[in-house]
Amino acid sequence: MGSEKGLRKTFKEWDEGPVAKTLAKFPERKEQFETLSGIPVDRLYSPSEKALKEYGPELGFPGMFPFTRGVQPTMYRGRFWTMRQYSGFATARETNERFKFLLNQGQTGLSIAFDLPTQIGYDSDNPLAQGEVGKVGVAIDSLADMELLFDGIPLDKVSTSMTINAPAAILLAMYIAVGEKQGVPMNKLRGTIQNDILKEYVARGTWVFGPNPSLRITTDIMEYCAKNLPLWNPLSISGYHIREAGSTAVQEIAFTLLNGMAYVQAGVDSGLDVDSFAPRLSFFFNAHNDILEEVAKFRAARRMWAHLMREKMGAKDPRSWKLRFHTQTAGCSLTSQQPMNNVVRVAYQALAAILGGTQSLHTNSMDEALCLPTEDAVRVALRTQQILAHESGIANTIDPLGGSYYIESLTNQLEAAAYKYFDQVESMGGVVRAIEKGFFQREIAESAYKYQLGVDAGQRTVVGVNDFIIEDEELKIPVLKVDKEIECHQVERVILGRRKRDNKKVLEYLDDLRKVSKGTENVMPSVLKAVRAHATVGEIMHVWREVYGEWNQPEVL
Amino acid sequence: MSSSKKIRVLVAKPGLDGHDRGAKIVARALRDAGMEVIYTGLRQTPEMIVEAAISEDVNVIGMSILSGAHNALFPKVMELLKAEGVDNILVIGGGIIPQDDVPALKAAGIAEVFGPGTPLAEIVGYIESNVKL
Repeated sequence: MGSEKGLRKTFKEWDEGPVAKTLAKFPERKEQFETLSGIPVDRLYSPSEKALKEYGPELGFPGMFPFTRGVQPTMYRGRFWTMRQYSGFATARETNERFKFLLNQGQTGLSIAFDLPTQIGYDSDNPLAQGEVGKVGVAIDSLADMELLFDGIPLDKVSTSMTINAPAAILLAMYIAVGEKQGVPMNKLRGTIQNDILKEYVARGTWVFGPNPSLRITTDIMEYCAKNLPLWNPLSISGYHIREAGSTAVQEIAFTLLNGMAYVQAGVDSGLDVDSFAPRLSFFFNAHNDILEEVAKFRAARRMWAHLMREKMGAKDPRSWKLRFHTQTAGCSLTSQQPMNNVVRVAYQALAAILGGTQSLHTNSMDEALCLPTEDAVRVALRTQQILAHESGIANTIDPLGGSYYIESLTNQLEAAAYKYFDQVESMGGVVRAIEKGFFQREIAESAYKYQLGVDAGQRTVVGVNDFIIEDEELKIPVLKVDKEIECHQVERVILGRRKRDNKKVLEYLDDLRKVSKGTENVMPSVLKAVRAHATVGEIMHVWREVYGEWNQPEVL
Repeated sequence: MSSSKKIRVLVAKPGLDGHDRGAKIVARALRDAGMEVIYTGLRQTPEMIVEAAISEDVNVIGMSILSGAHNALFPKVMELLKAEGVDNILVIGGGIIPQDDVPALKAAGIAEVFGPGTPLAEIVGYIESNVKL
């Protein structure tokens, strides 16, 4: 591809191959795309005749290895990214209402935020759950809650993402069970379960068991999904929280792809064929403030994953090489000072995600440095995406920044810097060892501290915080409050639920799960049985706490 | 008490919240300002925090919560301290804490609440001028 002739040939291959094939199946949104002033917009721009030599094989074409310019041949000319707002608070009833509101506002996918007790596997009536029920997400204790959460939402019509990690198997089983009750078989279910436990140790903090038993459950989920839920993403390998914890862009992609390789290796080690599960792996990144660095970051990550999967893991199916990702704008960039400014920050971050070729997007709400978002704030956040999609024109051509000297140079530099971490982690004995030693955690804490010192010293400007301040600013935007009574209601509900079910059956299924968990059989069928009988999240996690024990954090400071 | 005695601080994460970026940054800043800092790690119950504060003989407890559980957990820590007869520890809080909640927290005995964007020097300065050594 280094010569003019070579490039033309590859262009032709791309045009007559992946593009023609895609168009036959998925026509583009419009017959012809044009700018606001009527200038036609091509699907893809490549270098002028003169610069042909510069256009190397490391760029390639969209939908072709190494996917630097995008994973699909037509990208947003076919279909916009999925607009998916992460939401959940209080109980299943309130969150069900919020879901319906979002779908009515034109959102195209659901994304569930669970409260911390659910994420850490305590029922709402556990003393450790006190004060946390329904706060950062919805409280789900048993199948009864999950049914209420999706009341009136047919599971064959939506795709659903669930941010759940240590108890991922349980919540997935509940989703399957809701589908069964609605008459939707599991092979029709579409969505994603985060299920990325490694980044919990690294940055997010909702781990329960240690890395090895956790990886076993993760692998069981991947295997189960590969066989039974062909449209489901069993893993969303997440850099988002690594970035939120204070990492740099380089650390975000390096640590995420390292974690990704560890999952692939765990799958292969358990006897799975890499191409049987790798095509369904998905990713989740942050869109931070530095627009062009973010665009380069997404491109670099795509290229790295393609090489790693093909060359290091020996994947043969091109779908295994594709890094598909969800993006959320950077929550940590939002300020509680002059909160309306956050609308602008989010819009630029969303722009970066789209220019970087994201498959789905969550835009944060302006009030999130203060509270969970209100309905009005969420609407503006969603409208931001709709304006970018329908008004801005940036979705009309693929990878519009490709070929920019700066973008290409930055893409190369981010890639090279990220690979350096690969060598370092390998020499430490791999990802799990590095986590146990607190290596990633310390690297991130170091970057976070450096950043904060820069802000405090005024070397970095944060508008409205350390410059352009309004003296004695008064908060003028409304703040969402979760009713205190919510916790009492949910506690009553779970206690009542335990009385109403067949407890003999529940104990039997939990016993069965204990046996399977000690052995090597896939845990998913046993979890599903327990869930159908209304065993709670806390009860199932308690079985695993007994079998696997809890993880101890290494000291990082 | 001699002025050269180092201020001892317990930085704690009560509840189930995993957001510890702020807690770690504050812990380091206090250490860099010459204080002795103990960081508890995640998922501490109020009982664990009070026990650690007493056994480590700290002058200050700094708690961080971003999950919204502050109204339940901060006052609980104050209650337990009172029950133990401890009244010489300066207790401060931080995180995502709506302005409306601050008066009740202060009434419960939390000396000050620091929100997002607070300069580190402000927290250091506050502790230095309010700690009871």
